[in-house]
Amino acid sequence: MDLPVWQGLYSSVRDTNLMPLTVAFDARGAEAARPWIEAAKPEYPCLIDSGHVVGGLYGMVNVPTAVWIDEDGMIVRPPESAGTNDAFRQMDRENFSIPPEAAASLAAQRGGYVEALRDWARNGAASEFALSPEEVRRRLVPIEPAAARAAACALMGDHLARAGRVEDAQRYFAEATELQPENWSYRRQAWNLEHPLKSGGPEFWAAVDALGDDHYYRPTDIPPKVAK
Amino acid sequence: MATTILTNNRTTQPAGARIEGGALLVPLSELESATGWDLKPEGACLGDRCVPLPAGRESEFVREGGFDITALAGYLEQPVVHDAPSETWVIGEAAGDQYAALESLVAPDFTLPDLDGRMHSLSDYRGRKVFLASWASW
Repeated sequence: MDLPVWQGLYSSVRDTNLMPLTVAFDARGAEAARPWIEAAKPEYPCLIDSGHVVGGLYGMVNVPTAVWIDEDGMIVRPPESAGTNDAFRQMDRENFSIPPEAAASLAAQRGGYVEALRDWARNGAASEFALSPEEVRRRLVPIEPAAARAAACALMGDHLARAGRVEDAQRYFAEATELQPENWSYRRQAWNLEHPLKSGGPEFWAAVDALGDDHYYRPTDIPPKVAK
Repeated sequence: MATTILTNNRTTQPAGARIEGGALLVPLSELESATGWDLKPEGACLGDRCVPLPAGRESEFVREGGFDITALAGYLEQPVVHDAPSETWVIGEAAGDQYAALESLVAPDFTLPDLDGRMHSLSDYRGRKVFLASWASW
C-alpha cells in the first residue's frame, strides 16, 4: 500500500502547497479501507470512493493511478501508474516474497516518482514533469461508450452493496469488467465482493499471466531513481 | 416498491415515478428535485446546460404529466442501467461528454467522504497543487 509513501512525500514538501488526496476504490466501504488508513497516520485527506467515481471521471483503470492537478485546477499529468511497475509479477505466489532485483526495481520506480513529485511541488510549471496542455491531451485515453456504461454499472454495484446486497453488487462489477476488460479495478473489485481474498488470489495471477508481454502497469517516462 | 434513481450525483425516490415498458417517467413536479433536470421553454436544463428537445418529438419526452428521463438519456447517449429486483435506475454520464470534459484539462470535480464521513471536494483544494492518487484495500 502506498499511503505511507505519500505521507513521507507530504512530510518532505510541507513548505510547498502540494496536497496528496487519495481515493480508495472500495465497494466494501470505509471499514475495508480503515485499517490501512489508520496505520499510515496520514496528514492528508483519504477519501472513500466506493462507487469508483473518480476512476470513471478520470479514466483510471488500475490502482495505484495518479493525476497531477495544478493550483488552477488544471490537469498537468494525466492518469498514469503512480510510481510502480510490473516487477511485482515476479512475486512468489506462495509466500509473497519478491526477488531482490525485482524489489530494487520497484523501489527505484517509486523513488523516481516521489522525486518527480517533489520537483513539481517546488518548481510548479517550470518542473520538467509538469506537462504542457498539448502533451497532456496527447496522452489522454479516449473514454468509450462501453466504459461510460461500465461506470454506471459500478455506481449500481455501489448502491446495492450499501443496501447489503453484496452478491448483486458483485454481479454489476462483473458486468462492468465485461464492458471494460482493461479495467483492473472493476475486475478485482468484483473478485473482492465475491470473497475478500479473491482479488489477489489464483484468478488474479492467472489474469496477470495471461497478459503475456503486455503491461499490467503501463510504463511512464518518469525515470527510476535509487533513493539516497 | 419505491423507484430509486441515481443520476447527476444524487440518489432520490420520486413518489410519482412510473415505469412504462422499459421507460422511466418522473412527474414534472418532481423532475428537478429527483434528477437535476428541469423542463424550460429552451428545453431540458441541468444547471446552466440546456438541451433543446427535437422539434415534433416532444411526446417522446413528455407524456401525461411525466417526463421520460430514459428517453432523454437515450437522446444524450447516456448509459441507463436498470436493476429490476430493487427497481433502481442509474443514469450515467455520456462518454462523449466525459471525454470532452477531460480534454478541457479542467480536473473533474467530485465530492467524497473520509473515514469519519466528512465530505471533501476536489475544488476545496483549489489554489494548491493536488496529487490525486487511487488505491484500494483489495
